[in-house]
Amino acid sequence: MSEAPKKDDLVISAKGLSVGYGPNVIWQDASFSVRRGEFIGLLGPNGSGKTTLFRLLLGLTKPLTGSIKILDEELRRGNPKIGYVPQRRLLDSESRLHALEYVILGIDGNKYGISLFRAKANRNEAIEALRLVDGLAFAYKPLSELSGGELQKVYLAQALVGQPELLLLDEPLANLDIRRSNEQIRLIKTITEKNNIAVLLIAHDINPLLPVVDRIIYIANKKVVSGSIDQVISSERLSNLYNSPIEVLKDSKGRLAVLGVEEAIHHDE
Amino acid sequence: MMNNIAVIFSWNIWNDLQDMWQYPFMRHAFEAGTVVAIVAGIVGYFVVIRRLSFAAHALSHIGFAGAAGAVLAGINPLLGLIGFTAGGGLAMAGLGRKAASQDVQIGTVLAFMLGLGVLFISLYKGYATEAYSILFGEILGISTGDVWLTAFFGLIIVVVVTTMYRRLLFTSLDEDVAEAKGTSLLGTSIVFMLILALATSMSVQVVGVLLIFALMVTPAAIAQRLAYKPSQGIAIAVICSLLATWVGLFASYYLPYPVSFFIVTFIFSIYVLVRLIQAFSHRQKKTLIKSI
Repeated sequence: MSEAPKKDDLVISAKGLSVGYGPNVIWQDASFSVRRGEFIGLLGPNGSGKTTLFRLLLGLTKPLTGSIKILDEELRRGNPKIGYVPQRRLLDSESRLHALEYVILGIDGNKYGISLFRAKANRNEAIEALRLVDGLAFAYKPLSELSGGELQKVYLAQALVGQPELLLLDEPLANLDIRRSNEQIRLIKTITEKNNIAVLLIAHDINPLLPVVDRIIYIANKKVVSGSIDQVISSERLSNLYNSPIEVLKDSKGRLAVLGVEEAIHHDE
Repeated sequence: MMNNIAVIFSWNIWNDLQDMWQYPFMRHAFEAGTVVAIVAGIVGYFVVIRRLSFAAHALSHIGFAGAAGAVLAGINPLLGLIGFTAGGGLAMAGLGRKAASQDVQIGTVLAFMLGLGVLFISLYKGYATEAYSILFGEILGISTGDVWLTAFFGLIIVVVVTTMYRRLLFTSLDEDVAEAKGTSLLGTSIVFMLILALATSMSVQVVGVLLIFALMVTPAAIAQRLAYKPSQGIAIAVICSLLATWVGLFASYYLPYPVSFFIVTFIFSIYVLVRLIQAFSHRQKKTLIKSI
């Protein structure tokens, strides 16, 4: 990860991309790129296709049209250069399995056989990953007893093993209060900045991301736009995107409020 | 069970065991029972962490129709069991991640299969004991051939589970990430359901289709409440089902009641005990925190 930046600096490059299932197009004609170490907020209303973009990048869905490359490679399943934190997971409240075990699964869970000889090395690697996210304190606690913030740290540690160059985080701030949200986002920023990892982070609120993001990708109304916060989160641009009047307000601390999206979506339906 | 022969229980357990092992049927019961308990413990742990306990229960009932059909057709009931449970298992694997939540659909098929089994049994002009042994197990009637067959199937299951171990764990505990890391959910699910079908068919010999829960789910449920690591969980599940099987066989030698009753009672007692101890220690923790 500490290698010198290559000539080709792109983690993701997409051109004329469309995705959907059968005749249903979710979004189309998207062209965007993500550079190494870039922190990108992925925003848009529910059902606009943010998670679908993740599934595409993970090689679980194929594009209808267009081309996309990750680290100059074609899309494929199980790319070890991608770390992924999905949105919701069912936790068994009866299970006492330690958080550490889930991180270990991230290292070699997709391999065949049992890991007799690698067991100790894997354990140490998982502990290192938990140390990185400041999660050593609950390495040996049952996952079912952890708080929302602690869970997100465990998931982040699991996604960080194997030294990914791209992190896909699906709503990592959901179920966290404002203070924990800010803590979590700073943690993600610190780790990924230090290791030059690109981040795509899905969020429903832009404000916790304001201090950390380099760029925004906004998906709505079957379109994908990208740019700086000021470029994308503006009344004019969003009104254009939704094809309906949207207002963006800014308070004295720079916090943003986007008004009119709900109406725009219902109007659209 | 043995009330026509004078058997005397002494506190020297080893002598007692040697005493009962003089009889081939007791030896066979211990041999097959041990294999089945190990397999049921291993497979059961995955059943519980995959939340498939109802599916496993249903599978054994689907097997009932298969076994009854085989009896009617005059072939080995074990083969009928394997055929039907494998078919049912594949269908459930096709349901994918919905299998854990499709209680109504699975239950509907389960009821139909039981009905089919009843029909087969009534068409069969032989003894009703056949039906009884399918429903409640007949471990004391196991032949040398059955023991070898059971050992062979047991070996297959252990080899497959060892090969698929990490993938089974990953897809059970963390489905979405496992899929993203390149593990095929459908492929893993198909392999597991076939293993489950085989394990269920083997277990039916010991506890019958109605009591399959006792050997496959309860030990694993105990393990899940205690284990910090998956390997620990499997070990606990295997130990519990082994103990239950041995204690059940041992007790049935001296007391005139069915083996499966003793197995079920033993495992249920452990489950209740674990829950009570956990509830008690939890309460103590709470009062401790309050007192601080």
